[in-house]
Amino acid sequence: MEPSLARYIWTHTKKQQIWILMIVLLSMIPYFMSFDLPKLIVNGPIQGRGFEQPGATQPFMRLHYDLPFIGEVLFFSGFQLDRTSTLFALSLVFLLLVVINGLFKLYINTYKGRLGERMLRRIRFDLVDRVLRFPPVYFKRVKSAEVATMVKDEVEPLGGFIGDAFVQPVLLGGQALTAMLFIMVQNVWLGMIAVVIVVIQIVLIPRMRRRLIVLGRERQLTARALSGRVGEIVDGIGAVHVHDTSNYERADIAARLGLIFKIRFDLYQWKFMVKFLNNFLAQLTPFLFYMIGGYLVIQGRLDVGQLVAVIGAYKDLPGPMKELIDWDQARQDVQVKYQQVVEQFTVEDLIAPRIGALTIDDPAPMTNPLSATGLSIADDGGAMLLNRISLQVRPGETVALVSTATGGAEALAEAFARLTWPDSGRIASGADDLLELPEAVTGRRMSYASSDVFLFQASLRDNLLYGLKHAPLTSVPYEGAAADQRRWNVDEARRSGNPELDIHSDWVNYASAGATGPHDLFEAVRRVLDAVVLSRDILDLGLRSSADLTRHTELARRIVELRAALRTRLEHEGLSGLVAPFEPGAYNKEATIGQNLLFGAAAGPELADRALAANPYFASVLKQAGLDRTLYEMGMEIAEQAIELFADLPPDHQFFQQLAFMSAEEIPAYETLLQRLKNRPYEAVSETDRAMIVTLSFAYIEPRHRFGLLSDELMSKIVAARNRFYENLPPELQNAIERYDPAKYIAAATVMDNVLFGRVGNNHPDAPDRIRSIVYDILDELGLYAELLDVGLDFNVGAGGRRLTGGQRQKLDVARALLKRPDFLILNRPLSALDQRMQDKVLRNVLEEARRDGHSPAIVWVVTNPAMAMMFDRVIVFDSGQLVEDGTHETLLAGRGIFKELLS
Amino acid sequence: MLLKDEVGMLQRVPLFSGIEPTKLKLLAFTSDRVSYSAGQILFRQGDEGDAAYVILSGSADILVDSDSGPIKVAELVPNSIVGEIAILCNSSRTATVRAASPVEALRIRKDHFLRLMKEFPEMTIEMVRVLADRLSHTTADLIDARSAK
Repeated sequence: MEPSLARYIWTHTKKQQIWILMIVLLSMIPYFMSFDLPKLIVNGPIQGRGFEQPGATQPFMRLHYDLPFIGEVLFFSGFQLDRTSTLFALSLVFLLLVVINGLFKLYINTYKGRLGERMLRRIRFDLVDRVLRFPPVYFKRVKSAEVATMVKDEVEPLGGFIGDAFVQPVLLGGQALTAMLFIMVQNVWLGMIAVVIVVIQIVLIPRMRRRLIVLGRERQLTARALSGRVGEIVDGIGAVHVHDTSNYERADIAARLGLIFKIRFDLYQWKFMVKFLNNFLAQLTPFLFYMIGGYLVIQGRLDVGQLVAVIGAYKDLPGPMKELIDWDQARQDVQVKYQQVVEQFTVEDLIAPRIGALTIDDPAPMTNPLSATGLSIADDGGAMLLNRISLQVRPGETVALVSTATGGAEALAEAFARLTWPDSGRIASGADDLLELPEAVTGRRMSYASSDVFLFQASLRDNLLYGLKHAPLTSVPYEGAAADQRRWNVDEARRSGNPELDIHSDWVNYASAGATGPHDLFEAVRRVLDAVVLSRDILDLGLRSSADLTRHTELARRIVELRAALRTRLEHEGLSGLVAPFEPGAYNKEATIGQNLLFGAAAGPELADRALAANPYFASVLKQAGLDRTLYEMGMEIAEQAIELFADLPPDHQFFQQLAFMSAEEIPAYETLLQRLKNRPYEAVSETDRAMIVTLSFAYIEPRHRFGLLSDELMSKIVAARNRFYENLPPELQNAIERYDPAKYIAAATVMDNVLFGRVGNNHPDAPDRIRSIVYDILDELGLYAELLDVGLDFNVGAGGRRLTGGQRQKLDVARALLKRPDFLILNRPLSALDQRMQDKVLRNVLEEARRDGHSPAIVWVVTNPAMAMMFDRVIVFDSGQLVEDGTHETLLAGRGIFKELLS
Repeated sequence: MLLKDEVGMLQRVPLFSGIEPTKLKLLAFTSDRVSYSAGQILFRQGDEGDAAYVILSGSADILVDSDSGPIKVAELVPNSIVGEIAILCNSSRTATVRAASPVEALRIRKDHFLRLMKEFPEMTIEMVRVLADRLSHTTADLIDARSAK
């Protein structure tokens, strides 16, 4: 990257800088004119010079100046106006100049701001672009949070400065010079005083600021290191807790913050010291003006108007001067920041731009063998992972890489994936060096999965299809405002040197998954998910999540059919007792009292969980139904029972999982509440306390908790209250609840709850499993299996995929690698988190799936267990960085080599 | 059957007779009430043991697999406990239990059961007594079987 900030700015904003310079120069004319006016107004119409005779007139807008060397210049001979008219006319001109100056300022500031923002955008993009082109080894040394800070925070001040880089010195310098010139024209001596002070400022202040720059650099480095450490704590939070090192981390962070504080405080001290001095010098000048200028006026060598104008002009001098000095400070500051960032981003062996160039058309298949010649790879410490290995993987063959602990097979797989670069020797595809091939070839015709999976924080679907998003394949039709916005986006992207690629385009390369478009991609997705045995997990996720009805319309449309099918099936199998269905006119014994009252799914916070009992409308419905007192008494009974049962237990006791009414932390609060309310009549209990108690009853399920609190009368009262609740539902609650309707899909509820439309009985331990498998059967029969899988694919995997288990992440990674149907499939201990039985199963499936439809990709699989090698055409054995055996499974088995040893 | 009735039933189970009623109530509350119709399997031989069962009503057969099919080795009557061995030994189920009539039972989860044993030594002693008793019965049966040969 360009090491000099000034040159970087100039290269990219030459034209704009020149344009704004011209505007700034133009703005000087009205600016200068506005200096002269006060003198004219005071001396002319106010003091009456030239209007000594009543009715005298003076020329107005007669513009003439005594300029050095040129003599008197007459711009306009003017109109004749009397004294009052002249005063108004001159004042109006003054107003006009104020407006013009203001407009110039507005234009210049806006222009500069935009210029700066564009450059900021360019720098940030350049930086991220470079991150995308760093060689792999760089990432072993740098903390991601530090890179993020550099891109986000450290270049931020550059944006503010760039607009000012050239304009500011010209504008402020111009202003200062104008003011200075004006003072000079009025009175040379006063001018000289101003010049001397200014020179002192110019010499002294930057000197004092040198220390500020040093401190500023330290501040930047310590802050960057801090964000690196914070990022590390977040990423390694597990290690922190496991080893009880949270206090060590606290100490480390506190120490860093202390250092940063010290640096920043030093900075402040200096900054305000410099400011004080600067202000003092600026104030010194008017003191001299008043004294010396006043003296000259008294002497009659200077008129009052001139002195007023000089003092007026001087007011405009320290401002620009100070800003000019500030600008210089900012310049040095951002130059330092820029250099710091550029140093970090200047890396040797950057990947050439052509390697990652956008390629729309799919490259031809890789039909040449992949060969390693004299390949050596060392780790960061210099230990040899692979020592002069030569081998060739022919297209279509399946190869198991078996490795002892120090074998180096993983390094070979990483080298094939270009994640590690050879220290010597090379890997070639045919005659081409693999590292010279564009990513458009290696990223589409080869795929790689390893035990170290990275998933993006997005849906399962996005992560699965990530491997297909190489280029924008469709052009999105934009209309109306969206089209304007798109044009603007493209235009601005161009101006900032950003690419115009449309993120809203369809980037998914369906062809490489063997599909023709979104409609038949699903088949391919389902096959790879089946192959890695992940479908069932995703279906479970789908059942447990609520479907997005704009996408999964089919599920909502056929929900009635689904529910009916489930009932029929349960009856048919004699399992009706497993599920208690929701019926609008009946109490559901397997559901809580709260669910029976609401008979709907809360779609907003108003009626959810604890807010329900406190909701005024809901409370009023209970009252009308005559339930308020009953439920209160019930809540008291529950509170007593719960406290009797649980009060002695430590809060972390596992029995608390069974207590649905309250959490372990709430027990003491309820204990005191109970004491307080025990003998108090219902009428004397406050609303809040009532809600606290009534809430307990809402979680009660008779067959599960067995306190014997539910009677037939109470159940019918609850059903009546349910109807009453919906009859007068106020408008503000209309959207907070979705009523259970046998004929309607409930958007706020999970898919499982929707299909079940009831509650699974509490007294059948295996009921949930049985029902789930029945639900899957039914979905499959009705052709809705795909839809449910699609719901599951909406699941957000969380940061780094942490909402999935390690095994699920690895399976997903393999599925992603399989989906693009590569010519070379490199798998580096891809399933290490799974047990051996599952690994074998997935291995078999993957080999089969990869070869479906007559495909015959080469498969290189670093196996975790030598026994897995049996499934491959060829087995290569590594030990201590050397290739020690190479042959078919039978021949190696027959031999007496390491492979045989490893197997036994 | 309500919680308090269950507590009454549990008190009649020899294993729990030494435990005070409030703790038994807690045990009952944290256990699942399960029901089985005749012929349904409570658990199968070879399954992982995750819970013990106290039969509240009905009867169940204990079956052991043999070459000639399952053999009924004992019958469970109300107030008996079954399935505790697999929990204690961390092993798989040594027999299959099948409901002979409609059965109501309390299902005590493994972790709850172990926690109880830790907290109530009287229960653990009772447990050891029951097991020792069973062992002596089994030994007697074995001697009978050997001498009958």
